[in-house]
Amino acid sequence: MRIRITNGKLVNPRGESQGDISICDGKIEKIGEPFGEYDRVIDAKGLVVTPGLIDMHVHLREPGYEYKETILSGTRAAVKGGFTAVACMPNTNPVADNETVVTYILSQAQKAGYAKVYPIACITKGQQGEDITEFGRLKEAGAVAFSDDGRPVMDSGIMRLALQYGKGFDALMISHSEDLTLLNGGVMNEGDTATAIGLKGITRAAEEVMQSRDIILARTYDTRVHLAHISTKGAVELVRRAKAEGVKVTAETAPHYFTADDTWVIGYDTNTKVNPPLRTKEDVAAIKAGLADGTIDAIATDHAPHHEDEKNVEYDIAANGISGIESSLPLSLNLVREGVISLEHMVELLSCTPAEILGVEGGVLKEGAAADITIFDPGAKYTYTKESMISKGKNSPYLGMEMQGKAVYTIVDGKILLDGGKVAEHD
Amino acid sequence: MARSRKDLLGLKGVPAEEIQEILKNAKMLKQLISQPSKKASHLSGKTVITLFYENSTRTRMSFELAGKYLSANVANISASASSVQKGETLIDTGKTLDVMGTDVIVIRHPMSGAPHLLAKNVKASVINAGDGINEHPTQALLDMFTMKEKLGDLKGLEVAILGDIYHSRVARSNIFGLTTMGAHVTVCGPGTLLPGGIEKLGASATLDARAAVRNADVVMALRIQRERQKGGLFPSVREYHQFYGVDEELLSLARPHALVMHPGPVNRGVELTSSVDDGEQSVITEQVTNGVAVRMALLYLLTRRA
Repeated sequence: MRIRITNGKLVNPRGESQGDISICDGKIEKIGEPFGEYDRVIDAKGLVVTPGLIDMHVHLREPGYEYKETILSGTRAAVKGGFTAVACMPNTNPVADNETVVTYILSQAQKAGYAKVYPIACITKGQQGEDITEFGRLKEAGAVAFSDDGRPVMDSGIMRLALQYGKGFDALMISHSEDLTLLNGGVMNEGDTATAIGLKGITRAAEEVMQSRDIILARTYDTRVHLAHISTKGAVELVRRAKAEGVKVTAETAPHYFTADDTWVIGYDTNTKVNPPLRTKEDVAAIKAGLADGTIDAIATDHAPHHEDEKNVEYDIAANGISGIESSLPLSLNLVREGVISLEHMVELLSCTPAEILGVEGGVLKEGAAADITIFDPGAKYTYTKESMISKGKNSPYLGMEMQGKAVYTIVDGKILLDGGKVAEHD
Repeated sequence: MARSRKDLLGLKGVPAEEIQEILKNAKMLKQLISQPSKKASHLSGKTVITLFYENSTRTRMSFELAGKYLSANVANISASASSVQKGETLIDTGKTLDVMGTDVIVIRHPMSGAPHLLAKNVKASVINAGDGINEHPTQALLDMFTMKEKLGDLKGLEVAILGDIYHSRVARSNIFGLTTMGAHVTVCGPGTLLPGGIEKLGASATLDARAAVRNADVVMALRIQRERQKGGLFPSVREYHQFYGVDEELLSLARPHALVMHPGPVNRGVELTSSVDDGEQSVITEQVTNGVAVRMALLYLLTRRA
C-alpha cells in the first residue's frame, strides 16, 4: 500500500517541511518529490499535515470501568480527535501495577487497532503510596512512565525512593501533585467564585506544595520528574524557576486550564468538575504565558470519561474529570488564533515534546519512521455536541460551544483510521 | 414578585423589588398567626412537600405551618443524605414528587447546588431551605423582615454577622439580600472560618469582633457547630466565646438601639451569653414568628405564578 499526501501545509518542527509525503508499508518512504505509483492520494489542500498528535495523559478506563470507556472506544475517540497515540494512566481496576495488566492493555489496544497505546504503570503497588512497583519489569512489559495519577504519592520518602530507584531504569515519574491534607473537602477552586456560590474550595497551595516537593527531590537526586496537569500561576512560576536552575523537570497542562476558569462552575454544571479544579482568569493567563515561553512542555488532555449517572448528581458527589480528547485540537488551535503560540509550537506541544518526554516513537515526520500522521482543517467550524462525540464519556463543559479546527485524516502506521473526518471501521 | 419566577434557590441576583414584595406580603400574612383561627385559603388545593436531607426542626416546622395556615396540603419527607449515593437519586426523587401533583418542593440538602439540580429537573416550584454552605434564602428574608419591622428602612443599615462565615449559608444569603436592599454587612470570625472573596460580594470582612460590632444597627451571631472545633478549626469553645462571642461588653459597642439576632438554635454561653440572648435588644424569638410569615408569603407568591 503506497499513499501520497500532497498539497498540504506541512508543519514538522523536527524535520523536513517541504514536499509531498510518500508512505509505503506503514513507513514514511520519502518527503519531497512524489515518485512511482500510489494506491491512494490524499489531497490536503487547505489542510495542515503534522506528525501524529500524542496525548500523554488519558484515562481509557479498561480494565475495570468499561462502562465509562474502553480501550476501543477511547482509541477511536483519540483518532477522531487527531491523535495517533495516547499514554494511559494506571488507575484502572485492577490498577496497572504489574506486568499482567500492562500486557492486557497492550493486547486490547492492538486488538482495537486505532491509536497506539502507551501504558503508564503505577509508582506504588495498588497506588497505595507505600511500596514502589517493579519499574524494571514493568518497563520491559511496555510501560513508558510511572504515575499514581488520581492520587498523589503523599509520603515524601516514598517519592524519593521512586526517583532514586527509577534512575537505574531511566524510569520517568509523573507527579499527580496534590497535597491531600490541604483539600478540606473542596470541590472547586478556592477563591471568590467558590465563596460566592457556596462550594468548598481547593487551595492552589494543594497543588503547588507537592510540585515544590517533587521539584526539590528531582534537584536533590538529579532525576527527571514530569508534572501532570499543572493549573496555577504559582505552578508555572515554580517550573520556570526550576528549569532556569537546571532541574530536569517537565510539565504538561490540559486544554481546560487555558480555556475555562472557575466562573464556569456558576450554575453547578458538574461537567466543570475536574481535578485540579478550574482556576481563575489570572491562572488561565499564566498558563498561556507558560505555554508561550516554553515553561510548559506539553498539552495533554487528562481525558477522563465518566458515565452520565456519575455526573448527573449533586456537585459535591459528582465524579471529577472531563472527556477531552475530541476537543483538544480545536482548543489548542484557539491559542494559535489568539497569537499565544505559533502553529509550529502547537505541534511541538501536542506531538514532538510528548514523544521526547515519554521516549516513544513519533513527534517527527522523517524517512523510515512509522507513518503516524495527523491532517487537520484549522478553519472548520462546527458546534460541539454530545452527538458529535464518540467517546463513551459525554462529560464535556464545551457542549453547545462553537469550535474551530478538526482532524480530517489520522494515519497510524500508514493506516488511514480517520478518513475524511470519518473513523474507519474494522471488519 | 416576577410572575415568571418558578423557584427561590437563593437571594443572589434577586432584585430589590422582588424582595420588597415578599416582605410586604409577609407583613400582611403575619397577622394571621395571631388570629384565634389560623386559616386562610391562599393555598387551597395546593400541595407542598418538604424534602429534608438534613435534620431540622424549626425550618421544617415553619414551612409546614406556613403551608397549613394557608390551607395547603403539606407532607414531609425526611431523607438520609448518606443513603443518597446508594439509593434513589435526587433527580428521580424529584420526578416522583412531580408526578404526584406537587406544586412546591421545599428542599434542605447538605450539598451546595442540590436545589438547583432539583429545580432543573422538576415542574414544581423549588424553595431552597438551605443547601450545603451556599444559601438559606428564607432565613435571610425573615432576618430582613425582622430588621425592617424593628428599624424601618433596610437602606443604610450596618449589619455585623459574627461566627462561622465559611460554612454559613445564613451569612451568604444575608449578604446577598441585605446588600441588594442597600444595607452594609460586615462579617467577622476566626481566620479559619472566614473565606476570601467577601469584599467581591459587596460586604466587608474583619477578624476583629470589636471592629465588626462598633456602630452596628444589627448584631447577628451564627450558630457554631461543635464539629468545627473537633475538626481543629478553632482550638476551644472557651477561646471562641472570649474572642467572637457576644456579651454585654461587646454589644455596648453597637448602637444603643441595635438588635441582637441569631438563626437558632443558640448555644448559650458560646455565641451569646444568656444575658444577651434574653436581653432587651434580642429579637431572636420574634425571628421565629417572622419565619412563618415570610414562608407563607413565599409559598403564596410562587403558587400564584401564571
